[in-house]
Amino acid sequence: MTHSRLPGRLTLVLVFGFLYLPIAVLVLLSFNEAGLPTTWSGFSTKWYGALLGNSDILGAAWNTLVVAVFSTLIATALGTLLAIGMETRRRKSNGLEALAFAPMVIPDIVLAVALLSFFSRLNLTLGLHTIVISHVIFDLAFVCSVVRARLKNFDYSVVEASRDLGASAWTTFWRVTFPVLLPAIVAGGLLAFTLSVDEFIIAFFTAGAGRSSITLPIQIYSMIRFGITPEINALATIVMGVSALALLISQWLNKEQMQ
Amino acid sequence: MSVQTTRPNLLAAPAVAWLLVFMVGPCVLILSYAFFERGVWGGIEYNLTTENFLRVFDPLYAKIFLTSARIAGLATLIAVLIAYPAAYAISRAPRTRQPMLLFFAVLPFWSNYLIRTYAWIVLLNREGLFNNFLRQLGYTGEPLSLLYTEGAVITGLVYNYLPFVILAIYSSLSRLNPELMEASRDLGGGAFRTFVRVTLPLTMPGIAAGAVFVFVLSIGNFVTPALLGGGRFQMIGNVVYDQFLTANDWPFGAALGMALIAIMVALLMLQARVAARASGERASEEASR
Repeated sequence: MTHSRLPGRLTLVLVFGFLYLPIAVLVLLSFNEAGLPTTWSGFSTKWYGALLGNSDILGAAWNTLVVAVFSTLIATALGTLLAIGMETRRRKSNGLEALAFAPMVIPDIVLAVALLSFFSRLNLTLGLHTIVISHVIFDLAFVCSVVRARLKNFDYSVVEASRDLGASAWTTFWRVTFPVLLPAIVAGGLLAFTLSVDEFIIAFFTAGAGRSSITLPIQIYSMIRFGITPEINALATIVMGVSALALLISQWLNKEQMQ
Repeated sequence: MSVQTTRPNLLAAPAVAWLLVFMVGPCVLILSYAFFERGVWGGIEYNLTTENFLRVFDPLYAKIFLTSARIAGLATLIAVLIAYPAAYAISRAPRTRQPMLLFFAVLPFWSNYLIRTYAWIVLLNREGLFNNFLRQLGYTGEPLSLLYTEGAVITGLVYNYLPFVILAIYSSLSRLNPELMEASRDLGGGAFRTFVRVTLPLTMPGIAAGAVFVFVLSIGNFVTPALLGGGRFQMIGNVVYDQFLTANDWPFGAALGMALIAIMVALLMLQARVAARASGERASEEASR
């Protein structure tokens, strides 16, 4: 039985158009000399130049990088260990499953106010460190799920073989398990990095007052509230470009290892 | 056979400790705050009360809950209606091309939420692209106020969460056994009947997973109503935000947060039941083959 491919193709064109048109418009406008959506006055990179002269944005970008790097490193270590722990248990633990799943579904506004209450109850000064602590929560859950997916089709007989041949558990982990898992760990880490770079609500609540701990999303939010500017378009294009690149690499690593 | 290579609990311990201290702890803390009185200067007065929970049902807030539920419900419905044909089309594409299509369908989802919402401000505002486009077509009247409407909020929510719904529905479509559909067609079921009686029920878990996700994240959203609703549409997320950052009534904000968690848990349980029922159906169908 053959049927027409046309309706399927048309659906995909429409849906992908819906998903990518708004983004494409932003990217295009960021190169518009006039900076306005109403007229195209020629290609220009001057709005990108304007970003480089804006010390608020540069400071926020640096803070974002610091938060993302630290939270990714911690989350990748914890998430990987959690994944191995969960996959090598004899019996599935429902409590553990729920705990590892919760950060992905809990409404971020609730987690944000809970963390704000918690940190102020402990009289902890808010700043970049409290954002890092908070970002690790959901970052580690995503790393864990990516690494677990890899472990599901991991051949444990190689681990047994290694142990039978006299290697210690430690050596076996670093020489056998770890190299096999590495692409998934890096893929999970890149995903965590992207999530952290883009996260706004929790950072907003746990950054505290003052400019010193403002991240890019917080900066973008306050800029958007003052209206549309060509600088936001340029900034948005850079941020999305970085995310897309990280995700493409992550996806590529995940695909390589599945083959 | 034992694959016990290391102590699983020890490996899980650091992450579990992190989640218990920084996720479960704070959630329990605000749950407890919800039972106390608000201090005169905005702090917590440690006198037990159920006042905050009763206030959640105050007509003023009940109305906001209903508005939020309506907006979230519409966003969910529209997202599923767009995502299903999209996921279906991807699952019917040549096998080698499916991962790529899926990847590009989900890619926007991982990028910045604020930016994706901002893009709609650029499109919908009075000087924006849509109005500009209308003028090019010869429209000379007042520019349309598309932004700061309920429609704009719903559009933003659908746009932001659509990729996840596509992913959820695709994953249940791709696990579908094509022989079941063929059997139905061979037995004389038309394309429509086959879809309604076979495909749709078997992909219910994917629809449920995607729908619960959109609904939960929409009802607690405060960014989209603030940016695309222009603050005219108070949703529960905005009220929670206000209690913590402007009204300084943490106990009441905490009670509202707990109400959101309760909604989430109830929906997840419902979703688990849908999934269990469908997997039961699938098992019995496979057994009877």
